[in-house]
Amino acid sequence: MVDHTVRAFDIELQDLARRITEMGGIAESMLGRAVEALVKGDLRQAEEVIGTDAGLDELEREVNDKAILLIARRQPMAVDLRFIASTMKLAGDIERIGDLAKNIGKRVKAIGVPFHHPSLVTGVTHLGDMAQDRLRQVLDAYARRDLDAAMEVWRHDDDIDALHNSLFRELLTYMMEDPRNITFCTHLLFCAKNIERVGDHCTNIAEIMHYMLTGGAVNQTRPRAGAVTEVDLAINGDTES
Amino acid sequence: MSLSSDPVGFRPPAAAHSSSGDSGAGATKVSARRCSVFYGAKQALFDVDVDIPERMVTAFIGPSGCGKTTFLRCINRMNDTIPIARVTGEIIIDGKNINSDKVDPVALRARVGMVFQKPNPFPKTIFENIAYAPRIHGMATSRDDLAEIVEKSLRRAGLFEEVKDRLDQPGTGLSGGQQQRLCIARAIAVNPEIILMDEPCSALDPIATAKIEELIDELRENYTIVIVTHSMQQAARVSQRTAFFHLGKLVEFGPTDRIFTAPNDQRTQDYITGRFG
Repeated sequence: MVDHTVRAFDIELQDLARRITEMGGIAESMLGRAVEALVKGDLRQAEEVIGTDAGLDELEREVNDKAILLIARRQPMAVDLRFIASTMKLAGDIERIGDLAKNIGKRVKAIGVPFHHPSLVTGVTHLGDMAQDRLRQVLDAYARRDLDAAMEVWRHDDDIDALHNSLFRELLTYMMEDPRNITFCTHLLFCAKNIERVGDHCTNIAEIMHYMLTGGAVNQTRPRAGAVTEVDLAINGDTES
Repeated sequence: MSLSSDPVGFRPPAAAHSSSGDSGAGATKVSARRCSVFYGAKQALFDVDVDIPERMVTAFIGPSGCGKTTFLRCINRMNDTIPIARVTGEIIIDGKNINSDKVDPVALRARVGMVFQKPNPFPKTIFENIAYAPRIHGMATSRDDLAEIVEKSLRRAGLFEEVKDRLDQPGTGLSGGQQQRLCIARAIAVNPEIILMDEPCSALDPIATAKIEELIDELRENYTIVIVTHSMQQAARVSQRTAFFHLGKLVEFGPTDRIFTAPNDQRTQDYITGRFG
């Protein structure tokens, strides 16, 4: 796109985009390290993840302050206005991803020990990898302003949901097998839920990008994993966003 | 009572007037068909086709020299007053082509009023500024009739309360914003159907501008308004339709809400975001 006549405006917009990318990088790393800490029962790493969150919150505030100032100063229109409004929303979604990673860190501390159930380790690790991939893809799409890549993420949230559902069922069976598993499994359940929510935020980011790049909302329905059952409702509630 | 739709009371009280609504088009008041304007050998406007809706504010935007004022002046045949100007194509108001020889431009200009960039009251009293046109158009038979028209016009222009005690003083003694509202009152005194405004606020301070914009919003209940403005924010604030002109061509015309958030044409996008070279 052609530069603005006022060069400072371009620089300010680039600065906003750079901060989103920076926030995305931090959130992505927090998520990865949180899941790793969970699997390894690494309390120190969990603490580290929790500590990182404050910085991400601060970045979000900065992004919002700068965006507000930019609106006041430049009275942006059309693509610029959409970009700035979207930036504020993106910062919110990314900040939430950081919160979710932080929550996993807290759970790790609550569980207190590594868990050695191979199937669960594989399941949680895989779920974490998927969410991280999704996040990386959508952030790359943002950096490249690549709508197709963003919509690819948007279409493929169902596998995260499916894996989360199967993990839920597995955890249920362990809880039924032995009530002493309940505490641990509940923590794990919430961790899985947190990871699954990261996937939802990734689809949000893709939707925001769609608006940012086209000016319109996504007008398709997203593919859902399987039919809604009572178990699904118990798992997912009505948190669809 | 539902609070959720307006939790913080940001919505303006006259929601029906807000420019964010009205996406549905009303009846067409003015249609241009292949309208071109030449100044001598130079073509200033190229084949403009547009349908301007009734009782809405339509804003013309575009860089200097893009043809927006030239086109505005076609709507009441103001280009007739420029000897070297030649207009081709049709301007149809209520189904009649006003470029026809049978149309009397003076009568036309009573139906299509105009307000200019610089407030230009007559060097007469405030009363006479308003009364002049109704008198020559034979709209009033007595001084009482005239006084009524003057008061009504000044009220509609939101100026009456400010000037009612000095109607016999010169219009040129008012502040710039008051003078501009006087000119609007003068334009509406002859009951026009359409009001053309050529950058009506560019000589005014922000408060006087806000008063004119408020007035425009009220007037659109009864009049079709076309406004040329260099302020994109003003176009976004006051209009329901926006037309973007560039190099003598109408590039894009559509609902203001869409033009300023998601224009279709790259040139519109570049212009309104400040990317024009």
